[in-house]
Amino acid sequence: MDVGIVGYGVYIPRYRIKVEEIARVWGADAERIKRGLFLEEKSVPGPDEDSATIAVEAARNAVKRAGINPQDIGAIYVGSESPPYAVKPTATIVAEAIEATPDLTAADYEFACKAGTAAIQTCMGMVGSGMIKYGLAIGTDTAQGAPGDPLEYTAAAGGGAVIVGKDGGQTLATIEDTYSYTTDTPDFWRREMRPYPKHGGRFTGKPAYFKHVLSAAHGLLRRLQLTPKEFTYAVFHQPNGKFPLQAGKELGFTKEQIMPGLLTPKIGNTYSGASMIGLATVLDQAKPGDKILVVSFGSGAGSDAFAITVNDSINAKRDAAPKTADYINNKTNIDYSTYAKFRQLLVR
Amino acid sequence: MRKVAVIGVGLTKFGELWDVSFRQMIIEAGARAIEDAKIDGKLIDAMYVGNMSAGQFISQEHIASLIADHAGLIPMPCTRVEAACASGGLALRQAVITVASGIHDIVVAAGIEKMTDVMTEQTTEALATAADQEWEAFVGATFPGIYALMARRHMYEFGTTEEQLAKVAVKNHHNACFNPCAQYQMEITVEDVLNSAPVNTPLKLLDCSPITDGAACVILAPAEMAKKFTDTPVLITGTGQASDTISLHDRPTLTGLAATTNAAEIAYKMAGVGPRDIDLAEVHDCFTIAEIMAIEDLGFCKKGEGGKVTEQGETAIGGRIPINTSGGLKGKGHPVGATGIAQAAEIVLQLRGEAGKRQIYGAEIGLTHNVGGSGGTAVVHVFKRGD
Amino acid sequence: MAVPRFWREIPNRYNLIGTRCGKCNKVFFPPRYICPRCRRIGKLEPYKLNGRGKVVSYTITHVAPNGFEDQTPYALAIIELDEGPRLTAQVTDCDPNKVEIGSRVEVVFRRIGQEGEDGPIHYGYKFKLV
Repeated sequence: MDVGIVGYGVYIPRYRIKVEEIARVWGADAERIKRGLFLEEKSVPGPDEDSATIAVEAARNAVKRAGINPQDIGAIYVGSESPPYAVKPTATIVAEAIEATPDLTAADYEFACKAGTAAIQTCMGMVGSGMIKYGLAIGTDTAQGAPGDPLEYTAAAGGGAVIVGKDGGQTLATIEDTYSYTTDTPDFWRREMRPYPKHGGRFTGKPAYFKHVLSAAHGLLRRLQLTPKEFTYAVFHQPNGKFPLQAGKELGFTKEQIMPGLLTPKIGNTYSGASMIGLATVLDQAKPGDKILVVSFGSGAGSDAFAITVNDSINAKRDAAPKTADYINNKTNIDYSTYAKFRQLLVR
Repeated sequence: MRKVAVIGVGLTKFGELWDVSFRQMIIEAGARAIEDAKIDGKLIDAMYVGNMSAGQFISQEHIASLIADHAGLIPMPCTRVEAACASGGLALRQAVITVASGIHDIVVAAGIEKMTDVMTEQTTEALATAADQEWEAFVGATFPGIYALMARRHMYEFGTTEEQLAKVAVKNHHNACFNPCAQYQMEITVEDVLNSAPVNTPLKLLDCSPITDGAACVILAPAEMAKKFTDTPVLITGTGQASDTISLHDRPTLTGLAATTNAAEIAYKMAGVGPRDIDLAEVHDCFTIAEIMAIEDLGFCKKGEGGKVTEQGETAIGGRIPINTSGGLKGKGHPVGATGIAQAAEIVLQLRGEAGKRQIYGAEIGLTHNVGGSGGTAVVHVFKRGD
Repeated sequence: MAVPRFWREIPNRYNLIGTRCGKCNKVFFPPRYICPRCRRIGKLEPYKLNGRGKVVSYTITHVAPNGFEDQTPYALAIIELDEGPRLTAQVTDCDPNKVEIGSRVEVVFRRIGQEGEDGPIHYGYKFKLV
């Protein structure tokens, strides 16, 4: 395909709320939840943050790391299930805030948690076909967790950005190929004007997450004639800490391949940001020649699988912007009442 | 240029005047001034009225016409003057210039603000329009916030304390007890101020002047004509005005208002006096820190010593330089457009010897200081007892 | 705030684009359209500031204007940017009590406010402690 990653960046808000704190309010067993979800705490956006501000910070980091002139970005796609406007694209706000306007195309995407990786695929096509020089794909969310619902423990906030460009000296990683597996599976949805999503309970497991993640992974590996052993890292969509390990195991990946890209235990599920941030944290530490498998999952449902090979220029580029660990470690814990105020569960 | 004298003053009570409308207030203040001047309304040649925000408070613009109409003065020329909280002082200056130039003889300078017909949030929003909308109000700054930024810096540069700020409010409330027109007639203590709810640190509720309705009126005449109307004319010997940046962040210093110093310099020069000659002053204490900076900027003490000077009682009734014997904006109230005129009324009453229990005996020269916004406009007048 | 008024300042607010006088080199943010020093002979061009500076004064806002109530208490500060100009902005992403005169800060892109639940959302600059 001849395309690769020219730059990447993330942003994770600093606030965290621990499982214990949420469980305390609802009278739940914190230890059982932590074990069951393999999660300690999740990120919470501040009152002046939303998926647009997160997208901008992630995009600015990606541009810094890429070292490109933002005017050369020909397309921006922002994927989210919590955009600030129901109608008015976040992509144009990002475009203006990174000074990429006006010579570009833009749009917002929605496909639950895989909207960001769908954006990467679009950029791959546009760059590969020669339509544009660089494409910016962003997955960002400030996910809504209904009070008292199990998803409240995991619905978090964060964003990841990837700039796609033609391969050759500039890319810090080559995207060898991508394969997607898509069906109409209503495992998790949110109706118009409703504040919180609904889900199918246990139906979200095997028929949804696992079917699509495993099928996409199999599909890509078969096409590329690769086996799990040939990958250094495997990043799976991470709605909780357990699912990626289970999926990886079924595919034949080891815990060591999966853990470096598994951030949910520390920041929760950043929805459209999750796979992108998982990829970013791996790129922060990978060595030239390492192969990375990324498989996202979006409810509704579909999975996008990517095989990525790290190039030599990663070493020169990676320190140009804050690393994922910088955001993960820069944290302030808050209590449930502050969380309720920040998330507008209580409005004056 | 003719010499200008004040021949009459009139004020309404200042406070939350639920029963009284905008129109009723100006008529009341005007009638009292005319009564005081013992003048026939027909002799009034022109009027300037200071008002900041009738459009936002009572949805009425074109108030010059409204006032001339309801005061029974048409077709007399009437002009509305706006400079945020300095609207009154600026209206006075326009009146002074008009009489001094010889174009008109008897000129009224009035000020009026009706602030309580809307909810407090709307009042605060209306007042905030005196700040820079794009670069101060837009980011969440309010007037207490902007003055708080000045207070914090003043404390940092000069060691001014929150107790010293509080002492300004305590003094002004005390003085207001002797002013029957004042909004507040109650003493407060330093403890009361320090314990009042924080608004914008370090300023608390009792560091801030209140929301007030009120109107005030002074009648000017050429000095040579004044004896026809009054045995106790007071001359306006100096008038000065200056502008400055609208936003605080564009100024080289946060601890003083260049507009005050510049306006005062012009007024002092015109009056042929200096700060040492001033016997008492009404200064613009929209917040306690504003009075502290004002007495420094007007030259009554060195820059940075305003807090100490206040603490030591030098600005109290009986002190070296009594400030805000009326109660100031804090004790008397701050009906924005009326304040500048009410300050003038106080100085006139003092120089006439008619200030009752708050009288400064032997006062001959007084000063008023009126500021718009965070210091984008300042107007200073010097008054002298006529003989 | 009216839509066109907000829209006009978007590049300035999102990207800290001020102006610089081609004659005396003075940098202005917020942008100015006449150089107060050079006036008629000044030549003002857009100039992007790097977003770093220090706190000159600050206050913690407890009583907020309309639209900012859900953010209280917040720190409001006058910040002097490294290139010289000063501006007024909130300092966010920290305990407001940690802000001091002299604190070093860096610009961040944040939600400033909105015009009610139905109106446009205002984005712009705030600063964080570094």
